[in-house]
Amino acid sequence: MIEQISPITISARGLCRNFGAHAAVREINLELKRGEVLGFLGPNGAGKTTTMRMLTGNLAPNAGSIEICGIDLLDQPRDAKAHIGYLPETPPLYRELTVDEYLRLAARLHRIANASIRSALDETKQRCGLNDTGKRLIGSLSKGYQQRVGIAQAIIHNPDVVILDEPTVGLDPNQMREIRALIRELGAERSVILSTHILPEVESVCDRVQIMHRGRMVFNDTIAGLKQNTASLEQVFTQLTQDEQQTEKS
Amino acid sequence: MIFTIAQKELKTLFASPLAWTLLALMQLVLAWIFLGRLDAFMEMQPQLVQIANPPGITEIIVAPVFGMAAVVLLMVTPLLSMRLIAEERRNHTMTFLISAPISMADIVLGKFFGLMTFFVIAAVLVVAMSLSLLAGGALDFGLLLSNAAGLLLVTACFASMGLYISCLTAHPAIAAAGALGALLGLWILDIGAGAADSITRNFSLLKHFENFNRGLFDTFDLAYFALFIVSFLLLAIRRLDGERLSG
Repeated sequence: MIEQISPITISARGLCRNFGAHAAVREINLELKRGEVLGFLGPNGAGKTTTMRMLTGNLAPNAGSIEICGIDLLDQPRDAKAHIGYLPETPPLYRELTVDEYLRLAARLHRIANASIRSALDETKQRCGLNDTGKRLIGSLSKGYQQRVGIAQAIIHNPDVVILDEPTVGLDPNQMREIRALIRELGAERSVILSTHILPEVESVCDRVQIMHRGRMVFNDTIAGLKQNTASLEQVFTQLTQDEQQTEKS
Repeated sequence: MIFTIAQKELKTLFASPLAWTLLALMQLVLAWIFLGRLDAFMEMQPQLVQIANPPGITEIIVAPVFGMAAVVLLMVTPLLSMRLIAEERRNHTMTFLISAPISMADIVLGKFFGLMTFFVIAAVLVVAMSLSLLAGGALDFGLLLSNAAGLLLVTACFASMGLYISCLTAHPAIAAAGALGALLGLWILDIGAGAADSITRNFSLLKHFENFNRGLFDTFDLAYFALFIVSFLLLAIRRLDGERLSG
């Protein structure tokens, strides 16, 4: 097997973010190579979503730097954002548009040339299993299909980094399996950051895990490394995120 | 990019019955005024012939219709401007626009021009109604043009103000109430102002529109409208940019 040199697609150093006196994210470092899927774990309120919003340019960090494919997100937000696809916790869908209209809008906003919008649209719909829903209104779709449209909107411009915030919430087991397969497929050629609460999902899909707790990164290891240490992800997770609470109380 | 966003605004606007209802209602109200003025003109006509330099149909019928159109569009603006940012926030779709590789200025201007396109359609309807008078007489096209220009400028002011207030909140209803309050306040400002040359008068939207309504192009009015529009658009851009830093 030839070891390929994988370029770093996303790198964040020393990210901090305060909301008033409350520090939501403290000194987060993150680095991701092409072809890597990162599982982003942590209890509710740990700062996962805040971190993701900073990585996608929705929120400016108080300190730290973010580089997407070598472009500084804070200095050249437009060029950097072109390399990111983001699915927030609540899919940002216009219910009054049809799936085709919405995805075409997403393609245009990401500066895809008019000539190639059609092929991008067809390819994305194919990937996300939306072939028969193009003419339907987004508002009339089921939750699972809406989630797929949300993912489609994040990958239509072929971004190098895909950031998905809890993409499998509220889906039935079949849909979950499909979405996971899609994430795996995406991870083969780009970088994916996946935030979730479902630990088996991380074990089956991700190459690496980072756990956040109270705004800090408390764990960072590959899934392979985790398996070598014969520790289950669940044990690690409860240990890291619960022990601290108990010790602080006592 | 601005065009893409404007196009999306129009598409979502006309996908709902709101835009159609508002256009229909506006047309109904204005047609009523129009017919009323036409009736008055017919009655006055015998007396008008005896005056040396009588006012024409444009002055008697068209100008009041445009004056009313401005008031109707003032009432309509909050209903449309609340959607621009506040509703996007509420539906969590703002992230979609901010995550895209476009600047805040693109978003704000796109939304502004989207709303302006609606107002242009409304103005075209009013002009078309006025042009129907050509069937029975001649129109003063200079006065018609100045009225149309005045209406477009004053609605651009409404749009920029509504857009800015929409940036301040995530509740569409509050955005609508705020915009209505602010616009009404600016509209009636000159009622409270006593003397004719009082400074408060200069801030009234109504006073500046009145000149256009009489067929008067004054650079002071143009400057006022331009400053008004640009200031509120800049404020809106600054507000959205600031939110990324503090929100």
